[in-house]
Amino acid sequence: MHQEAAIREPLILGEKTYGKITDDVLDSVVGKAGRSWWIAFGIAAVMAAWGIGCILYLLGTGIGTWGLNKTVGWAWDITNFVWWVGIGHAGTLISAVLLLFRQKWRMAINRSAEAMTIFAVMMAAVWPGIHMGRIWLAYFVFPLPNQFGSLWVNFNSPLLWDVFAISTYFSVSLVFWYIGLIPDFATIRDKVTQVVPKKVYSLLAFGWTGNAKAWNRFEEISLVLAGLATPLVFSVHSIVSMDFATSVIPGWHTTIFPPYFVSGAVFSGFAMVLTLLIIMRKVMHLEDYITIKHIEYMNIVIIVTGSIVGVAYLTELFISWYSGVEYEAYAFINRATGDYWWSYWAMMTCNVVSPQVFWFKKLRTSIGFTFFMSIIVNIGMWFERFVIIVTSLHRDYLPSSWTMFHPTFVDIGCFIGTIGIFFVLFLLFARFFPVLPLNELKTILKSSGEQYKKVGTTTAEEH
Amino acid sequence: MSNNKKYWKGVEELNDSPAFKEVKSKEFNEYLPAEDFLGDEGLLENSNTSRRDFLKYLGFGVTAASLAACEAPVNKVIPHVIKGDKTNPGVANYFATNYSDGFDYCDIVVKTREGRPIKIEGNKKSPLTNGAINSRVNSSVLSLYDEKRYRAPQIGGTPTSWSKFNGTVKKKLSDALANGGTVRILTNSITSPSTKKLVGEFVAANPNADIKHVSYDAVSASGMLEANKESFGIAALPTYDLSKAKSIVSIGADFMNSFPSSLELTSQYAKGRKPENGWMSKHFQFEASLSLSGSNADVRMPMKPSEYGKTVAAIYNYLNGNTSGVAPKVEMAAKHLMANKGESIVLCGSNDKNIQNVVVAINEMLGNYGSTININNASYQRQGMDAEVVNLVKELKGGSVDVLIVDGVNPVYSMPADVDFKGAMSKAKTSIVFASRPNETSAEAKMVGAANHYLESWNDANPVANHFSITQPSISPLFDTMQLQDCMISWMGMDGNYYDYIKATWSAVTFPMQSKTLLFEDFWNTTLEAGYFIGKSAEMVAASFTNNTSTALSAISKIKSSALEIEFYSKVGIGDGNQSHNPWLQELPDPISKITWDNYIAMNPAEAKEQGFAIEYGEQKDADTVNISINGVNFENVPVIAQPGQAPGTLSVALGYGQTIGKSDEVIGFNVYPALKGMVTYSTDVSMEAAGGNYQIATTQTHQTVMGRTSVVRETTLDVFKKGDKDAYNPAHILATHEGPMNVNDVDLWAAHPVATAGHHWGMSIDLNSCIGCGSCVTSCNSENNVPVVGKDEVRRSREMHWMRIDRYFSANAESVEERNYGEMESPEDNPQVVHQPMMCQHCNHAPCETVCPVAATTHSNEGLNQMTYNRCIGTRYCANNCPYKVRRFNWFNYMGYDKFADLNPSQDDLGRMVLNPDVTVRARGVMEKCSLCVQRIQTGKLDAKKESRPVMDGDIETACSSACPTNAITFGDYNDKSSRVLAASQNSRAYRVIEEVGTQSNIYYQTKVRNVESNIA
Repeated sequence: MHQEAAIREPLILGEKTYGKITDDVLDSVVGKAGRSWWIAFGIAAVMAAWGIGCILYLLGTGIGTWGLNKTVGWAWDITNFVWWVGIGHAGTLISAVLLLFRQKWRMAINRSAEAMTIFAVMMAAVWPGIHMGRIWLAYFVFPLPNQFGSLWVNFNSPLLWDVFAISTYFSVSLVFWYIGLIPDFATIRDKVTQVVPKKVYSLLAFGWTGNAKAWNRFEEISLVLAGLATPLVFSVHSIVSMDFATSVIPGWHTTIFPPYFVSGAVFSGFAMVLTLLIIMRKVMHLEDYITIKHIEYMNIVIIVTGSIVGVAYLTELFISWYSGVEYEAYAFINRATGDYWWSYWAMMTCNVVSPQVFWFKKLRTSIGFTFFMSIIVNIGMWFERFVIIVTSLHRDYLPSSWTMFHPTFVDIGCFIGTIGIFFVLFLLFARFFPVLPLNELKTILKSSGEQYKKVGTTTAEEH
Repeated sequence: MSNNKKYWKGVEELNDSPAFKEVKSKEFNEYLPAEDFLGDEGLLENSNTSRRDFLKYLGFGVTAASLAACEAPVNKVIPHVIKGDKTNPGVANYFATNYSDGFDYCDIVVKTREGRPIKIEGNKKSPLTNGAINSRVNSSVLSLYDEKRYRAPQIGGTPTSWSKFNGTVKKKLSDALANGGTVRILTNSITSPSTKKLVGEFVAANPNADIKHVSYDAVSASGMLEANKESFGIAALPTYDLSKAKSIVSIGADFMNSFPSSLELTSQYAKGRKPENGWMSKHFQFEASLSLSGSNADVRMPMKPSEYGKTVAAIYNYLNGNTSGVAPKVEMAAKHLMANKGESIVLCGSNDKNIQNVVVAINEMLGNYGSTININNASYQRQGMDAEVVNLVKELKGGSVDVLIVDGVNPVYSMPADVDFKGAMSKAKTSIVFASRPNETSAEAKMVGAANHYLESWNDANPVANHFSITQPSISPLFDTMQLQDCMISWMGMDGNYYDYIKATWSAVTFPMQSKTLLFEDFWNTTLEAGYFIGKSAEMVAASFTNNTSTALSAISKIKSSALEIEFYSKVGIGDGNQSHNPWLQELPDPISKITWDNYIAMNPAEAKEQGFAIEYGEQKDADTVNISINGVNFENVPVIAQPGQAPGTLSVALGYGQTIGKSDEVIGFNVYPALKGMVTYSTDVSMEAAGGNYQIATTQTHQTVMGRTSVVRETTLDVFKKGDKDAYNPAHILATHEGPMNVNDVDLWAAHPVATAGHHWGMSIDLNSCIGCGSCVTSCNSENNVPVVGKDEVRRSREMHWMRIDRYFSANAESVEERNYGEMESPEDNPQVVHQPMMCQHCNHAPCETVCPVAATTHSNEGLNQMTYNRCIGTRYCANNCPYKVRRFNWFNYMGYDKFADLNPSQDDLGRMVLNPDVTVRARGVMEKCSLCVQRIQTGKLDAKKESRPVMDGDIETACSSACPTNAITFGDYNDKSSRVLAASQNSRAYRVIEEVGTQSNIYYQTKVRNVESNIA
């Protein structure tokens, strides 16, 4: 049994009982959707529909409907891909790594963070798909047996590693998330009365009985999956970064990329978790579970990863000068002072400078400010990928081929579309799934609940 | 064992009921009324179509249709319904012929596949053009398949038959001729002896009538013709030999592009630019606009076009000892000329006979006639005399011309506004215009003769006094078209056709010039096969030189300058506008500005900046527009661009635009010919004001300088090169490693591809010193490799599909990488030095593209080629991103079917698709493509060698670019062949690989450019 110091701040506030936790969490599932949910869902659905329209137009007409050209072969497509994959990092990090480190505070946030991960990785996977000139032949990237004998995929290609890395990460994350959901589905199953939802939730609950053996297995499999998922957290973005790091393009060809990308991913993932949770705790009245303490912890992670990213930026600059390679030097001078200087400085400001304000406790415990910063960080991280991809490509070796990239409405539409689809999925999750791991939360109620901490203190004094 | 088992089809058969028997006896179970029909004799007799009749009709119909489909036997070209001798599917046939449109002359070889001409290449054996070809000529095959061609002759705008057309003309002519009427034939410069003879016979047959043939060149060389007439008594151009000239001084003559006989000059020029020979010609260029020739000059001085005369006079005076007040560069040129007497050439592009007279006198003084210039072996490639044309217009306006016949020119379009040819033409009682596609002149004509394309015609040519060539068709006319000569034969009531006539002419004229062949048929056949015949050049003997420089000099001194002048020039792609409807040529970037699909006003960048015009343009940056008045002709809202090298106080604008292209009705650019007053190549009567508008400009290269990257382009000066220290002009890339300095090629993570030892190892070598940047290779590649046309909007989006491009770099205000003065490095000098660098897939042995493709769609062949498997490509574009040379091209759309390209891409209709090379896949949407080093040609070459049981010889295989290069700058070959030219070139001291330090180990070598300037001037 977990022992926790009584002087540690409680993780669950308010006078909670087991029954109260269940009610708080399942309010949204059992009850009717509120007006604000419908408004949010409506907006997200419109964005999603617009995006799907743009994607269909893209697939019907050709990649030329984007603003790419002979020199800039990737721009918003892969920027968005890396951005979404990065966002998809926080969930597994929170649930797996923090589980292994026995960080109990993760329990308030891990369910929705994992959901966000799943949806973000799904949105990320859209991009390599639709950026292909011939998506109908996308199955070529799988090492499938075929009638051509030796015709096989190219295992040298980082893009192929991506296929494996992302699909593995997605499947492990999905399984991990789902396993965690099973006891909670069972709770819902037992609570709902309508016929159809009951049937659906029974199916989803996989016949969970909640006996001790089941809980024992649940804990074991959670640990095993956490052990599996932890290296994936680091491998996925490392491999994504190798798309660039293994190339010959100045600005891409950088050995620092794997750790730099991973910390950037955690950075943006936590920011996105914050964006979502700050709204969710308000709308779903979960302030007692997702507390200022959680927000502060996450802000600390943001300072740390943001600073790592900042060091990486400076290292890149230093190496570009130290290497003595004129192309490298030019690539970085061009980033900072060339036609895309504004994106570089947007990145620098959003990712390196602004998170430093979280050194002030007052700011990192301010909900409004944190929400604002979480948006800033995600903008900054989008620009980071844009800077790496577009400003490196647009001026590489031969000046004759230097061009600019100009996005079209389809570029913008597809991006907005993935944001829309993401929110549609997340809102559906918030409406129909338990947004907190209510059964797991109950395990810490006695050690980290406010009321019990009070009791514990008194007991101690009594002795 | 007995095997008499019986199997029943069903229980009915087993029962064998009468009803079943009844059914079984019938073939068809249902009721057929045949018995009723056949049984009723009355019915059969009453019907007027019996079965028998039906079959008769059917048989007759099929036979009649088949007969109608076959033309009467022709002895010109065998229609391909019947497989001809030696036309085998999959095997190309080549026909030697020539291209002669009055602007360009070129001996060519036409490649046909299954009877379709698909590619035009220079005739390597021709002693005149030496296999040189330019984009205008190699793109002309596309005009054959122009959707907008006339498909039948027209009278009064309605299509008619040739018999009716020719009957009408014959009647009009006989009416006119009977009354001693006036007939005028206006054509381009015709060098064809047979045509000239035919016209001569036409004149002779009607002694009472007034018949005259007038030659007209849209871009006139009348000044030179007149000067030669006054100086030598010959109204023709001389032939030159630039390969012998050590000093070349050109005053406004773009001799690599628009100057008469530019192809001959270009191929000769390259021969004098080989520093390995120990000497190199020194090329001085004095000009207003930066021309193709000017971009290759060693010393270039921008000046106003009105100063050409004074410059020529200054050189003349300098040679005569009057050295005062001469500009330093002019003095340098004059001194160099004096030092190279008899081995120099002075050329001038002016159309002023006085200036040309002085040029003749300078060349005479230098003793160039007889060594580098030959007036006796005259060139007939420009014959238009401005005075005669003016006279014709006068006659037309007077209403005295009964019949006007126009062929090969478009005077309504190309004559100056003050001439008003349209008004003049309407006064002719009958106007007959031969044109292959509707143009401004045919629109005004009373009768339009639907003309053959030259690839459908018989003709002959005599471009230079001793050079004869036969034009033979390579396909029978696609439409109901005829050439003027055949029509004339019909009008004159002669027997036979023009083919017979040419043979008769040759039998009488050229056959006697030789004694090698006894039989005319043999002579004819060998000439036809070779494409040319060298006759006697002594036929024309020039009168001795008459010096008339004093009058000329005084006339020159009267030439007025003005603060703002404009020069008219011809673009490399569009020329005089004769082929401006050709989308390949429109999409060919201008070699200097890299702009496609437009003409524009070019001005000096400093002045453009001063006047507030945008000096950067292309992609999403628009050019500003101006309203300009030239010689009283107004052009509104035309784009203005900043052109480095443009002389201050001058503008320049290209002729030949303002016509529709391809299938489209959209007009491309604007027509400047109306402002070409008096055929003078420039105007001092210009006023320009900002129009405040924006104009979308499409350019393939938006960055103008090389940013001091010496690994991309290497250049040096002749004196440095001569010292022989390779490190001074072509240093190796040395890396500092922990094991000490190492050559980049020795530092490698990769295992080498096993191409260097066994089999072939294809590669290419490109001599930057020979490349003049003309773009002939670009259009040749387009034609060979089915490269789609994408149009202006897509070029603006930097998505041109050219596999072969020519990078053009201007020297910048700052070149040093160490100083990191990137702002200055990006801005070109006011009078820049220019480098042209052909760039295509470098076929890297350690190709960055190959490693990153997830599906192995791009791989290395065991012959050193980087090959692209279109079927396998899924279009991630990763390879293109990782290509350091940015030579990969992505199919952004379905160019063969998407609406956006319907009017642009000739391959969107059946006719235009006929030009496609069947050996090269047409790429699907979403697929990456790039230069394949013409792998289809390599395979053909290997196959041919295999069939003959011999190894592939060096030179057997030529890529489309190497074959099209007029200066032989591109050499293709096998590195494993120890005697190959390409191996020798790659080991040359000037050889380097572009950005070698990246470690791509490319198979394409470049040779350092050497400028013949003193290193301290640079």
